[in-house]
Amino acid sequence: MTLKTETFVLNAGPQHPSTHGVFRMLFTLDGEVIQDVEPILGYLHRGIEKLAEGLNYTQDIVFTDRLDYLASMTNNQAYVMAVEKLVGIQVPERAEYLRVIMAELMRIASHLMAVGFLLNDLGAFMTPLLYMFREREKILDLFDMVCGQRLTYNYMRIGGLSHDIPEEFLPALKKFIDSLPGFIAEYDQLLAENEIMLIRTKNVGILPRESAINCSAAGPVLRGSGVKWDVRKANPYSIYDRFNFEVPIGTVGDVYDRYRVRIEEMKQSTRIIKQAIEQLPQGEIQAKVPRVLRPPKGEAYGYIEGPKGELGFYLVSDGSANPYRLHIRPPSLINLTALRDLLIGVKIADAMAIFGSIDICVGEVDR
Amino acid sequence: MTVALSATEITAKIEAEFPGSIAEASNNSIVVESEFLLPVASFLKTTPELDFNYLSYITAVDYQNYFEVVYHLVSLEHNQSLLMRVRCTARDNPTVPSVVSLWRGADFQEREIYDLMGISFTGHPNLKRIFLWDGFQGHPLRKDFKQQ
Repeated sequence: MTLKTETFVLNAGPQHPSTHGVFRMLFTLDGEVIQDVEPILGYLHRGIEKLAEGLNYTQDIVFTDRLDYLASMTNNQAYVMAVEKLVGIQVPERAEYLRVIMAELMRIASHLMAVGFLLNDLGAFMTPLLYMFREREKILDLFDMVCGQRLTYNYMRIGGLSHDIPEEFLPALKKFIDSLPGFIAEYDQLLAENEIMLIRTKNVGILPRESAINCSAAGPVLRGSGVKWDVRKANPYSIYDRFNFEVPIGTVGDVYDRYRVRIEEMKQSTRIIKQAIEQLPQGEIQAKVPRVLRPPKGEAYGYIEGPKGELGFYLVSDGSANPYRLHIRPPSLINLTALRDLLIGVKIADAMAIFGSIDICVGEVDR
Repeated sequence: MTVALSATEITAKIEAEFPGSIAEASNNSIVVESEFLLPVASFLKTTPELDFNYLSYITAVDYQNYFEVVYHLVSLEHNQSLLMRVRCTARDNPTVPSVVSLWRGADFQEREIYDLMGISFTGHPNLKRIFLWDGFQGHPLRKDFKQQ
């Protein structure tokens, strides 16, 4: 006698503890093996690209805070860089250094969340995440000091920054930067030497090098698969050519490698911040920019290495005060292209670990 | 630094292979005739000295008398980049060949353009709205879309 079997559909999300926001997946399962998966997007779509056409270039900075809300500083940076490229504005040295310091702090904060939530998804519910939150809290306090905000900073302006740093900022930053490597080492020891963590992440969710490139993956997902590509090195924007740092890469391309790349990147970010503090010059923090900016007709693409990958803004100007078209290159959305490859043939129990290792932010996926 | 390739040099190479395929070349971007999009894209991807193996992003702009789809190609090996464009003048049902067969990274981005700009990509494996719901009328990123 043969038993009749059939596949069934399992819905995950949009409200689900492991989907990092309102994100939904439809799994087609054969027993507990995933046969197909379809991400269903749009629950957080606010039409930011369209809204941006109705406001002027300065007002649009506010929208960028609301894309990847775990990395608002870097969103600000990529956007203002695109406008500066379009208009041809030279940013003062001090502002560039402060931007680098903020961007690297943001990268550390975002990676802490990525690692913390990955462990949450693995079942280490809340305990590791709370430690990550403890460190991130200190970064948010630093941001609070410079711009009075903890999540949506709106700190970078076209041609510079909204405020110079207050007196107490540098001592607090130095204290934090000196203590951080110790914390990272401690967490890494607790996690990377943990038997359960290793079994659940090593050789799980392997994304081969060629697939990663073909899927236009970026950031830690691309580097975890062994591709040495970091916009800060490949196309040094701002003043990144003045700092010594390494680009960590993985060898296998599994969940563990993506975790490892993020841990190593946090260490490299600390190195960059240390160098930036030493070199930080005195001077202006804002270039002279007209109150209502009317860039010449044309287009520009400003892009940076955001915490989640290449984040870019493609701007088209028709000579008026509002952008004619603003397109965002969202690393979170594009990194999801690889999700189907990663999940088909995998047991459902590993799905959330693999999904967590991609590290998306739905604010940026849906925009 | 990522080198933006000179459009005139690239045009000469492509024209030698596919005569009449390039409509316009300026600075660092080429405008490809729609029917030549796939062969030219494949040529750019597979020719070893070009090696554009990475599609950074795709976007579309509504210039009112035509739509323009923009492809930002990058060669990770040679660290060089190129902007490739395709134009379509039809407003009713603009279509452009899909490049998903060459770069799978185009998958969600082409669906996004289909959803928000209303450009169809022929040959896309799963072309349907990605952010808005199926019953939604119109395409918000078009300039003639009426906001409520």
